[in-house]
Amino acid sequence: MPITLPFRPRRESYPPDMWTKCPGCSEMLFNKHLEKAMRVCTSCGHHFRVSAPTRIAQLLDHGSFRERDAGLVSRDPLGFVDSKSYPDRLAAAQTATGRRDAAIWGFGSLAGRRIAVCALDFGFMGGSMGSVVGEKVARAAEGALAEGIPLVVVSASGGARMQEGTLALMQLVKTIGALEALRAAGLPFISVLADPTTGGVFASFAALGDINVAEPNALIGFAGARVSAGTIAEELPPGFQRAEFLFAHGFVDRIAPRADLRNELAAILDVLAPPAPEGVGGSVRRG
Amino acid sequence: MTTAPGTTTPAPPPGAPTTTAPMPTTPVPPSITPDADATANAAARDAVWARVLLARNARRPHTLQLVAGIADRFTELHGDRLFGDDGAIVGGVGAIDGRRVVIVGHQKGADTDENIRRNFGMGKPEGFRKAIRLFELADRFGIPVVTFVDTPGAYPGAEAEERGVAEAIARSIMVMCRIRVPIVTLITGEGGSGGALAIAAGDVVIALENAVYAVISPEGCASILWRTAEKAADAALAMRMTAADQLALGVIDQIIPEPGEGAHADPAETARRLRGVIVEQLDRLAALPADERVAARARRYRDFGAFDDVGVPEVPEPPERPGLADRLRRALEPMGTRLGNLGTREGRDEPPAREEV
Repeated sequence: MPITLPFRPRRESYPPDMWTKCPGCSEMLFNKHLEKAMRVCTSCGHHFRVSAPTRIAQLLDHGSFRERDAGLVSRDPLGFVDSKSYPDRLAAAQTATGRRDAAIWGFGSLAGRRIAVCALDFGFMGGSMGSVVGEKVARAAEGALAEGIPLVVVSASGGARMQEGTLALMQLVKTIGALEALRAAGLPFISVLADPTTGGVFASFAALGDINVAEPNALIGFAGARVSAGTIAEELPPGFQRAEFLFAHGFVDRIAPRADLRNELAAILDVLAPPAPEGVGGSVRRG
Repeated sequence: MTTAPGTTTPAPPPGAPTTTAPMPTTPVPPSITPDADATANAAARDAVWARVLLARNARRPHTLQLVAGIADRFTELHGDRLFGDDGAIVGGVGAIDGRRVVIVGHQKGADTDENIRRNFGMGKPEGFRKAIRLFELADRFGIPVVTFVDTPGAYPGAEAEERGVAEAIARSIMVMCRIRVPIVTLITGEGGSGGALAIAAGDVVIALENAVYAVISPEGCASILWRTAEKAADAALAMRMTAADQLALGVIDQIIPEPGEGAHADPAETARRLRGVIVEQLDRLAALPADERVAARARRYRDFGAFDDVGVPEVPEPPERPGLADRLRRALEPMGTRLGNLGTREGRDEPPAREEV
């Protein structure tokens, strides 16, 4: 055994595939324990970002999720090349994450209630919304409309995908249009804003939930903070663009720690879309 | 519009003109693919950048000047009934060639003082909420809407976040999706991302020849993807932000040629050409039944997207009643991560622990 200094953990004793350092409190967290804690630091409560599959598994009843449209993949409509081509960036992200794009949608049940759900994935190109993400959000809304059930969308995104240009910008209208149809049918849409929810994603479906529920300390904002700071002489207000800041300014209904999120959504859906009486099936749909 | 106490006067957006830009004298070549040779690329890049500069030209006619040339009469309306009156977004009621209209548009300034008062045409939440007010007014009274888009983008300051700029933009788009009157959108200058789109979700979207439309400013795109704002011209080329490229992408429906060297050379003629197209579109849209028109608008935006479906088969439903083994497993296992056809190796499942956006 090598001689170790008594007062500082050596890097080798925390192999990175088994341990994670908390960005909030710098505590070393054992990965298996972190998973069981829903990827929330047990020391300081820092909410780690989670992939879309993990998010869905944490929210929905075990085994209830059926993914839809898993085969959607982006094209390269602009022939976009910066230091890398868009197809190269896509391929790298697909290899790194094992997923085809930055969103997953499908049907499942939450506390026994059937819902349509869509979750974005910051791990895939920063969760940026291009054609596929926009299509999945729209189809999730249409799926909810077709079955007369609520929609839950969990956002985690750096904004619109620049490599798709104005086609990415059009996804804002496309997703909002699908939500408008859901609204007109009297079906609830709950928007969960996770860290980060920014740019064109925030300025479209994420901000428009009948109920907006944010995770603690999530970064939620339109412009980049450095850009915002550059426009005023003073420092930015404390907690700028964090979930609690939005809550104080009236743009978020609830802040829910991840362990409570399922129950919070279930309680809200109980009121907005109570389950039909026994023998009728489906949820009540207001006329 | 006065700036709120505690803030300084806003910095001009990137590319805001301080002097007039040189005018292109040769026609712009069509966009070319990145694998063409460097010389041709440089020429295309310069041509695109010339268009961007024209769209930003200080002498280019802005919304109120165009409206004066287009409308028979126009009464400007103010305020969002909530917070204030944004000078960057103007609107009102009037008539164009006898057709009643509600007009909403971004307004840049003609000189530095006016630019400060109008925040260089960068809308704030109260501006987008004024737009919402006017769209709902139009819907209530059955009056078609005409919007004029010319903005570097929404104002990115801290006060905008405090007053909910993202929600204001999103709701403005939602109201445009909802209202049942015709909406004609003209992109006359800069179509700056979400701040533009908030009033640009029309039944038909028409651009002046030298207008540009982008999801992010070329300077912003260059800073992020090329790591320096100095590559803005490369970003502008890559993003295909010229009117011609936007037409090819289907994002805009029609281009209106500009007189001579550009709209600034003959604002009166530019207004005349705009009026002709606006009236044509208003009449065409008014002839459609409202249900059909609203459905067509929804279809227009629903169809945007470039993707393929490699066709992954759906996972079949499991048997209805779980066996004892399943029930035991479920009872004993905390927070299972099994997800059927979603499963990937645990180690690859999570985004990296680094927390930077």
